[in-house]
This record gives sequence, C-alpha cells and structure tokens, in this order.
Amino acid sequence: MRLLIENAHLLDPAQGIDRVTDIYIQKENVVALGEAPRDFEPQRRIDAAGRLVIPGVVDMAARLREPGQEHKATVASETRAAASSGITTLVCPPDTNPPVDSPAEVELITRRAKQACGVRVHALGALSAGLAGEQLSEMAALKRAGVLGVSQALKPMASHLLLRRAMEYAASHGLTVFLHPIDWSLNAKGCVHEGPVGTRLGLPGIPAAAETAALGTILALTEQTGARVHLCRLSTARGAQMLARARHDGLPISADVAAHQLFLTDMDVADFNSLCHVMPPLRSQRDREGLRQAVADGAISVICSDHQPHEADAKLAPFAQTLPGISSLETLLPLTLRLAEEGVLSRAEAVRRITANPAAILGLPVGTLAPGHRADLCIIDTEAIYRPEAESWLSQGRNSPFFGWEFAGRVTHTLVAGRVVFEQTGR
Amino acid sequence: MSEALSSTRAIPAAGPLPSSLQFNEEGRLRHLLTIEGLPQTLITEILDTAESFASMNAQAVKKVPLLRGKTVVNLFFEASTRTRTTFELAAKRLSADVLNMNISTSATTKGESLLDTLRNLEAMYVDMFVVRHESSGAAHFFARHVAPHVSVLNAGDGRHAHPTQALLDMFTIRRHKQDFTRLRVAIVGDILHSRVARSQIHALNILNTGEIRVIAPQSLLPAQVESLGVHVYNDIRQGLKDVDVIIMLRLQRERMESGLLPSEHEFFQLYGLTQERLALAHPDCIVMHPGPANRGVEIDSRVADGPRSVILEQVTYGIAVRMAVMSMIMGGSVTP
Repeated sequence: MRLLIENAHLLDPAQGIDRVTDIYIQKENVVALGEAPRDFEPQRRIDAAGRLVIPGVVDMAARLREPGQEHKATVASETRAAASSGITTLVCPPDTNPPVDSPAEVELITRRAKQACGVRVHALGALSAGLAGEQLSEMAALKRAGVLGVSQALKPMASHLLLRRAMEYAASHGLTVFLHPIDWSLNAKGCVHEGPVGTRLGLPGIPAAAETAALGTILALTEQTGARVHLCRLSTARGAQMLARARHDGLPISADVAAHQLFLTDMDVADFNSLCHVMPPLRSQRDREGLRQAVADGAISVICSDHQPHEADAKLAPFAQTLPGISSLETLLPLTLRLAEEGVLSRAEAVRRITANPAAILGLPVGTLAPGHRADLCIIDTEAIYRPEAESWLSQGRNSPFFGWEFAGRVTHTLVAGRVVFEQTGR
Repeated sequence: MSEALSSTRAIPAAGPLPSSLQFNEEGRLRHLLTIEGLPQTLITEILDTAESFASMNAQAVKKVPLLRGKTVVNLFFEASTRTRTTFELAAKRLSADVLNMNISTSATTKGESLLDTLRNLEAMYVDMFVVRHESSGAAHFFARHVAPHVSVLNAGDGRHAHPTQALLDMFTIRRHKQDFTRLRVAIVGDILHSRVARSQIHALNILNTGEIRVIAPQSLLPAQVESLGVHVYNDIRQGLKDVDVIIMLRLQRERMESGLLPSEHEFFQLYGLTQERLALAHPDCIVMHPGPANRGVEIDSRVADGPRSVILEQVTYGIAVRMAVMSMIMGGSVTP
C-alpha cells in the first residue's frame, strides 16, 4: 500500500517540524516528507489541507481491564476508543485480574490486541509476584514475554528493603521500574485531598505527604540502586519540585502526570461528585499550577490518560465507596491540546509529551514521523468544535467528568503502521 | 492552512452546590442534607416554627394532623436508638405513619444494593426518608437518586453533616442567649470525626456568631479547619476564656486504637470539662453535649448534671426542631 497525505500541517516535535508538507507512506513506514520518492504512485490519497498531522499518541497508562474485568471494558472496546482519539500505542499497567506477573497474561493481552483494531498494545509486568508486594516477580521471564517495564501499580510493597531488592533485580535485567509515589500507610483510608474541601465534606483526606514521603524513599533508592525509574501520576506541586531538584542533581528519573490532574482540582469533588474520585486524589489549585509548571519546564515529561473504565455501578454509591478512576482515553489528546491553547506550553511541546517523550522512556521506535519510521499518526481537524457525550463515547466506561466540556480539534483519521485504523465518517 | 487551535471557551459549570440540591424549583426546602448554604432567614424560620411545636409538646395533647397520610421511613444504616426515637416521635406527633428500618451496612456494601434498597422502599409510596449512614455524602447520594416526590432528611452522614442536631443546638442557644453576634462559642473535642461540629459551625456562622472556637489537639482537628471560619485552640484553658457557650463532643473509644490519642485518661486531663475549667468561661455560660456523654472522658458528671448544663433541654427541643423541619419539607410541597 502506498499512501499520500497531502497538504498536511505536520507537527513532529522530535524532528522539529511544524509546517505544511506532504507525507509519503509505503507499506508500514513513512518514506519521505515533502518531495515524492522516485516512482511513488500513491494508491490512496488523503487530502489533509487545513488539518494537523501529529505522530500517533503514545499513552503510557491505560487499563484495558483484560484479563478479569471484562464487565468494565475489553481490549477490543478500548483500543477502538483509543484509535478514535489519535492514540496508536497503549501501555497497560499490570493490575489486571490475575495481575500480569507471568508470560501467560502478557500473551493473552497481546493476542487480544492482535484480534482488535490494530492499535499497538504493550504491557508492564508486575514488580512483585501477584502484585502482593511480598516476593519478586519472575522479571526475566516477563521481559522475554515482551513487557516494557515492571510496576507495582497501586499496591504497596511490604518493605523498603523489598522495594530496593526489586529495583536492583529489575536493573540487572535492564527493566525500567514504574513506581507510583504513594505511601500507603499515610494514604490510610483517604479518598480526597486533605485540605479545606475534604474538611468541609467530612471525607477522609490524603495528605500531600503521602506522595512526598514515598517520593523521598524512591529518590533515595534510585540513587542507591542505579535502577532506571519512571514515576507514575504525580499529583502535588511539592512532589514536582522534588522531582525537578533530583533531575537537576543528575538523577536519571522521569515522570508523568494524568491529564485530568492538569485541569481538575479538589473543588470539582465539592458536591460529592464520584466521577472526580481518582487515586491519587485531585489536589489543590496550587498543586495543579505546580504540576502545569513542571510539565511546561519538562521535569514532568509525559502526560498520560490513566484510563480506568468502570461499569456504571462502580460510581453509584456514597463517595468513599465508589471506585476511583476516570475513563479518559478519549480526552487525553483534547486536554493536552487545550494546555497549549491555555498557554501553558507550546503546541509542539504539548504534543511531544504524548508522543516522542513517552516513546523514548518506553524504548519504542515510535513517536516521530521521520522517514524510515513506522507510519503511526493521526490527522486532526483543528477547526472542529465538539463536546464529548456519553452517547457517542466509544470506551465501555462512561465514567468521565469531561462530558459537556467543549474541545477544539477532532481526530479524523488514525493510522497504525500505514494502515487506517480509524476514519471519521459522516458529520 | 491550519490555524492555531481556536481558543477555548468557558469551563462548564460544576454540579449543583450542596445547598442547591436541597431546594425545589420554587425555592422551597425539598431535602435537608446540610446546613451549609442555607439562608439565614430559613434557619430563623425553622427555629420560629420549632418554637410553636415546643410549646405544643408540653401540652397534654401532643399531636397535630399536619402530616396525616404521609409516610416517613427512618432508614438507619448506623445504629442509633436515641436519634431515631426523636425522629419517630416528631413524625408521629405530626400524624405521619412511620416505618423504622435498621439496615446493617454489611448487607449493603455495594452501591447497587444501596440503590436497590432505595428503589424498593420508594415503590411503597414513601414521602420522606430520614437517612443515617456511616459514609459522608450518603444523604446527597439518596437525594440525587430519589423519585421527584420523595424528600430526604439527613440524620447524620459520616463525618459530613447532622443538620437537625445543629438546628436543635441553635434553638437551645437561642432560648438562653438573645444575640448570636455577641456570643463566643467553643466546641471541644473530636472535631475531626464530628458531623455535629461541622453542622454547628456552619449554622453558627450563618447566624453571624461573634466568635467560634474549636478546642482540640491537632490530631483531632481536620486539615485547615480555620477555613470553616473558626479559631483554633490547642489549650482548653485559653480556649474557654470568657466563652458564652461550651459544646462538648463525644469521644469514641476507637480514637485511641487508631493512634490519634494516647488514652482516655490523658484526654480528660487535657480536654475534659471540669468545674474548675468551666469557671474560666463567662459566668452565664451554658454547657451543651449532643449526647450520649462519656462521663469522665470528655465531661465531669458534676458539670453534666450541674446548673449550667442544658443537655436534657437539647433532647427535648430535638423533637420540636425535627417536627418543624418535617412539616416545612412535607407540608404543602407534596400533594396528597
């Protein structure tokens, strides 16, 4: 298949390209930009005049709920939702049921992904057996099965000592360790940020120190072990400062933030809105500004969806009894573009945080459309204004607080390895 | 060619404020979930209505037909004989039919079954649910999901709110003190876990109380409690100085187990209300307690039973205040 995307405004931060050009695709790869390769006869042309083309979005954290929680979502349903939103690569955390702690689960996810719409699906393996936090997982076997790293997800480790051993063992196998900086004993039974809103609502709070205390431990152990560590879902301004300081001091550590943390605060919980129940919790306005600053500075180099689709019942209870998480595949790109609109950072830098940067941390040869690379991309109609609604949502999880928000920029096509996996119809 | 993404528009409004959920389209009280956000005029109206019921309650015939034909369900997911009884008496004195349901939360740990409980009872044409639940926000949850003709009266949700308790406390204070703007009120003890304290603080602020103090160790205060409009005292001697009203809170034994306090003994040593400490307050100071009091833990018996104590009055007025709230919510807003 030879495909020509004409008159596209290509925005590829990895190459420093931000201009109108033509994109030539042959089989799975981009073969040229601008000038047609010799004898290139396109079998299909897509006129992208007036549209933006960016490398396919790489989402570092998306629960697809398989195996074990198919009543919430499936690989098929969620990859379809991802494709409609410009995401071409997804990484699933290991907290499935059973957890991804042996090659069998990795193979199951990979097999399901092959039967689905074509979006690339990768898994992280469990850092401990069964994610129980008590014994190391068989990381070498997991690596052979193809995991991109290991993670303890949202589960505690029994001790700092075991965390240290696990980091050392992962380092010996060249596996990146993905850690959520949460001190579970300080987290206690909290379900909202500890602050005035939680005080007013009488909901048990989670102090910012639950993050900074854990972060202190992780930074110390990263320095001690030399493990390659990626911090998942920062939520506090203070945590972001600690990260920036550690990076400034030369520690090779990276971090991400969930897109919703850059837009919502604990004020959004104010009416016991269970759709805003997330872990770590939505924090103060000041924290949100601190996170935005860290994203702009590059200390936080990745924005992810932290997609957690739920069945309706999971959110139908008094706040503390609801399950945390937002169905967020379909708002990752629009929220990231909106950051640029709001002047937090340039559009190119915003796009870099959902393409080239996560690809580099995951060690995947995607996130750029330089000739010779896989043609994973999405085409965006930047003029299209739309409001996401539950009825037109593709994820099986309808748990989003962003329904009714107005976004500019709608994905019209998504390609994975040169193949169209999503094309907007009608409208 | 493609322009920069057009700038975006306003962020959508968040959900209704806790207060707005409580009113119907005509602005009448439909549910009572929290004191927060109630207009001062409405609180005054409730207290004035309660006055008329209070005098009636002292008469030989204690029943009026205001809510004849209405059905009230006391839905208690948390054990409480005392509070449930006052709600029951209040409804009966208004001639409503009352059904008491004590449901152990272990049977309804999942949201769907909580909603199922609600739907099943609704199907019996209930007019009002009086709800007590261990989870903050439970009353809001019910209010958001009940049928349009059904009202919800919060009888205590987690640490969040206990509006009728706060109203009966305001009623009691008003009976003894005229002008809230000149009052100093101290609330002493486990503020962190107390829905009573939160509702009292809101009510006192709406009534423009001169000064509201909370007195407790840091481990029993919620984060940034000052944001509720109170002054914080860790030392009871300083905190009680010249106050006109002292409200003691009940200390649950679990607080020691969860490491918030070393012992009941030390708590009493530091924060227990004794006659000696009461002497630091204004000479006309009244002593209140939402009950049941732990004598020797937060309050000395001599104070609880002493001349300044209005603890039993609170219980008496509780019925009148609950009658006022029930009649204002159901009387007229629901067609028979």
